[in-house]
Amino acid sequence: MITDIQVDDHGRHRHFLTTEGLSAKAIGEILDTAESFISVGEREIKKVPLLRGKTIVNLFFEASTRTRTTFEIAGKRLSADIININTSVSATQKGESLLDTVRNLEAMHTDLFVVRHPVSGAADLIARSVPNHVHVVNAGDGRHAHPTQGLLDMFTIRRYKGGFANLKVAIVGDVLHSRVARSQIHALTALGTGEVRVIGPRSLLPFAVESLGAKSYTTMAEGLAGVDVIIMLRLQFERMSGALIPSAHEYFSLYGLTPERLALADPEAIVMHPGPMNRGLEIASEVADGPQSVILPQVTFGIAVRMAILARLAGAAGTETKSP
Amino acid sequence: MIDVEEALARMADGIALLKDQRPVMIGIHTGGVWVAERLHHRLGLADALGTLDISFYRDDFSRVGMNPQVKTSQLPVSLEGRHIVLVDDVLHTGRTIRAALNEIFDFARPASISLAVLIVRDGRELPIQPDVVGAAIALRPGEHLKLTGPNPLGIKIMEKAE
Repeated sequence: MITDIQVDDHGRHRHFLTTEGLSAKAIGEILDTAESFISVGEREIKKVPLLRGKTIVNLFFEASTRTRTTFEIAGKRLSADIININTSVSATQKGESLLDTVRNLEAMHTDLFVVRHPVSGAADLIARSVPNHVHVVNAGDGRHAHPTQGLLDMFTIRRYKGGFANLKVAIVGDVLHSRVARSQIHALTALGTGEVRVIGPRSLLPFAVESLGAKSYTTMAEGLAGVDVIIMLRLQFERMSGALIPSAHEYFSLYGLTPERLALADPEAIVMHPGPMNRGLEIASEVADGPQSVILPQVTFGIAVRMAILARLAGAAGTETKSP
Repeated sequence: MIDVEEALARMADGIALLKDQRPVMIGIHTGGVWVAERLHHRLGLADALGTLDISFYRDDFSRVGMNPQVKTSQLPVSLEGRHIVLVDDVLHTGRTIRAALNEIFDFARPASISLAVLIVRDGRELPIQPDVVGAAIALRPGEHLKLTGPNPLGIKIMEKAE
């Protein structure tokens, strides 16, 4: 189980690989810490010395702008040194194995790896191979998990809605290929969300989604009725094998978030999207840029939440007990 | 035993001497904020009280990790060029004050910083001394002070757990 290596014997986070198995208390602590980091971003000097002298490697085997950049900014605001490595220029293209790449970077005294990889379980594999004092953050592995995105979404919901108990949250679109949706559902359930819904065509909903604690709907009319939070997902053509949707036009006509469909939700509902979004495919521009959209605040909050996660891991290195 | 009200009165008298400088008062979470609230009210200072959480500036972070109950530092007025009175409950090693000074300088460059503490005790590890003191106490090895509050403010001498 991944949760076994995520937390050490003292209950402290060593790695951050998945939201599965996280307690409401742990999530709450991370969100509270992030809340304090928000104010750091608003200062004249947007930096605190917490991770001064630590080296973080952003190891990205898959394209990313938002996640990589916000991790980079998060690390820099904590005063760490950050090195970005993208697969297109790395040794893996010369045939070096994933773990060999990691071992070489380890030999350069890296303290923390932020890993994105197209294969599910890649971050887990690295976490199992690194020595005790090195930490791993999963920044997205295949279809499996994207836990920092999951938590920044929880932060966004808490900011706008205050809590989770009385909320109806709908996750819409390509749930099948979405590591973001999985991370969100685990976190929403742990936080005791009133109702979690997934909406999409049968071909894009995972078989056992109910076992995760979500109700599934195949029409927007039913699924969006009265919801407080709408999370739109990107159609992930790069992960689809075969024709799972008839055409982009038909998909939008059935599952695109238009102003008319948004009107089915609670009038105070917020609209979220983890990005990158396909305008006119899963979401209409009027909605993406409209007053209910919190898509850009999500990005801003992502920095603070990633700072909180990096700080939580890097501070758990020692084995000494707390002295007053 | 220390009389907290008497110590507060002595601090207020000391800070009152700085009044010509129109000082901005900043309390350090949590006990320092309780003390600062009392003094701020008593002295009727014009500018709102600032609060500082030094968790992100601690020198023992890599040993003890992140405090999950971090509070936000709130400095409602610009500190640039101002005289600051930094308030804490107990001055012991001086490390908290070192962290607070670093944090303040990440906000602005103040004209001066004075340190006012309710209680000063032995055990300094850094060259930091208070300008205004409510009361002084010497403790036996293994003893430490704990402020209780905010209403009423009290002080207890505790035996260290370990």
